[in-house]
Amino acid sequence: MSGFEWIVPVILTVITAATPLVFAGIGELVTEKSGVLNLGVEGMMLMGAVAGFVTATVTGNYFLAVLVAAFAGAVMAFLFGILTLSLMANQVATGLALTLFGVGLSALMGQSFVGEPVDPLSKLNIAGLSDIPFVGPILFGQDGLVYLSFVLVAGVSWFLYKTKAGLILRAVGDSHDAAHSIGYSVIGIRYLAVMFGGAMSGIGGAYLSLAYTPMWAENMTAGRGWIALALIVFATWKPGLVMVGAYMFGGITILQLHAQAAGLSVPSQVLSMLPYLATIIVLVMISKDQSRIRKHAPACIGKIFHPAA
Amino acid sequence: MSLKYIPTLLGAVAVAGSMLLGSAASAEDKVGFVYVGPVGDHGWTYRHDLGRQAVQNAFGDKVKTTFVESVKEGPDSERVIRQMAADGHKLIFTTSFGFMNPTLKVAKQFPGVKFEHATGYKRTDNVGTYSARFYEGRYVVGKIAGKMTKSNVIGYVGSFPIPEVVRGINAMTLAAKSVNPDVTVKVAWVSTWYDPGKEGDAAKALIDQGADIIFQHTDSPAPLQVAEGRGVWAVGQASDMTKFAPKAQLTAIIDDWDGYYVARTKAVLDGSWKSDDTWGGLKSGMVALADYNSAIPADVVKLAEETRKGIEDGTINPFAGPFNKQDGSVGAAAGSALDDGTLLGMNWYVEGVEGQLPQ
Repeated sequence: MSGFEWIVPVILTVITAATPLVFAGIGELVTEKSGVLNLGVEGMMLMGAVAGFVTATVTGNYFLAVLVAAFAGAVMAFLFGILTLSLMANQVATGLALTLFGVGLSALMGQSFVGEPVDPLSKLNIAGLSDIPFVGPILFGQDGLVYLSFVLVAGVSWFLYKTKAGLILRAVGDSHDAAHSIGYSVIGIRYLAVMFGGAMSGIGGAYLSLAYTPMWAENMTAGRGWIALALIVFATWKPGLVMVGAYMFGGITILQLHAQAAGLSVPSQVLSMLPYLATIIVLVMISKDQSRIRKHAPACIGKIFHPAA
Repeated sequence: MSLKYIPTLLGAVAVAGSMLLGSAASAEDKVGFVYVGPVGDHGWTYRHDLGRQAVQNAFGDKVKTTFVESVKEGPDSERVIRQMAADGHKLIFTTSFGFMNPTLKVAKQFPGVKFEHATGYKRTDNVGTYSARFYEGRYVVGKIAGKMTKSNVIGYVGSFPIPEVVRGINAMTLAAKSVNPDVTVKVAWVSTWYDPGKEGDAAKALIDQGADIIFQHTDSPAPLQVAEGRGVWAVGQASDMTKFAPKAQLTAIIDDWDGYYVARTKAVLDGSWKSDDTWGGLKSGMVALADYNSAIPADVVKLAEETRKGIEDGTINPFAGPFNKQDGSVGAAAGSALDDGTLLGMNWYVEGVEGQLPQ
């Protein structure tokens, strides 16, 4: 492959690598904006992956599969909500427990489906547009969930910053006592936010098992949930930057494999480290400016809400 | 005797009773299997589990086989192996290279239990090793690849740069170059035995870099799926992966542990087990090839079959000279071949492989 021909396939691969991170990241962003820290993203993604895969294998209906995956993620998040919002357990510990639970439960549920292939999610193929060289496949040749991810980022951004409901959600996250005293149901809003986050994580997981590698394998998220959590901090809780971060991480992951395949004489172990190293470096750079974090982080994140009298 | 001794007496009776019952129940011998991946990986672990089932079928009631799957290499594996040994297992198969030190450690503490470590190289009185000459299979497929490639670039998804994996890369490259001197081999290391996402990404990267045949030394069918989707060829690993890539799979290198596992279990049962190193290949049946893709031309199939038969009867040695190492120095001179010792410690590429081998 000479010249710039290789750029298009690389971009296409980067898009598929970044999309699960976008879904999980945006979902968790909404959860965190409401003041809840849900570390169970990995578990919710896996439950979504297995639920979506099983549905697709059994019914062949991919639309239903994505819905079921979202539902599975939301159910897991609901469990988390009961423990942390109603029973007021520690959010960090419960989130970690949710991850472990999701990893195990998904493995159990998926046991009889391991090693069964399924048809990948079909890509859009608009007759004239998809064939435009360079731009065609990138803009018009993606599968439905990729387009949904773009809509999602725009939608969440608009919701949070341009609607009253979004303002209330952010208020709950920044000062739950004040929001409560005005009369908003802090717990109710947080439940909704947490379940939305779970549903999006579920869809992100389903993308892995339906489009990325159309099969089910135990623990197939391989740490992507944790990366999504880091990306939200990296993006200082701004939806657009979450997408940028996801694409950066996905991009570096793919590029390092290309570098290896092209014969670059850097040890492969170093190249494998690069995506994580880049994430850490950016996080450190951002954290140096404490005021920036304080300005954007939801002030009440992780704090248990005790309704004052 | 006062009342306060009654709980202690009851406890003693309970313990004695359970010991009697326990010893009565252990009429069958237990054989354990420790797997590094899930049985459903449809690759490496799947084939080992078929071996376990063969043992169960061969010995029926006399033997009870158990297994633990998805055991990560490291401290977790030591715990699992020790638990099996303490549980009364007579023979334990640990099926991954990374289980080597945990196996040896536990074996020292349980001298009465026999251990068989796959793809390892350290042995003691009660630890034997075994492996298969997968590279023989790769040599045969390498000839097919050399003939079938149109871009003259072959891609290889590598797991870890251990000698076993390097042998496979080198054998395939030597075979491909012997029929097509213009071939180059590109390797992408994913640092895992099993991660479908990463394996698929590596395959995509290799294809985007020009490869039109994908080999792998990782355990999931993801690279084949990618190859199928992109319209290039691929080779199945450890088991027949046609289900995932009906058009793309040229053939597959199949591990067959059944015969070996049954033989070793028999040796433990009749007391003749001795620590040994077994390295079977095409001849002994430990390595086999899946059906050839119908799209392969007849003359290429003929070449592959001749190569296979040649390896089986010893006339062809995949690592016979002359060939050079990647750095230009002599790998093996004409008329000589690499011995097993060199193969076991192989940490260099042959000419034709691009990129640096991670040390």
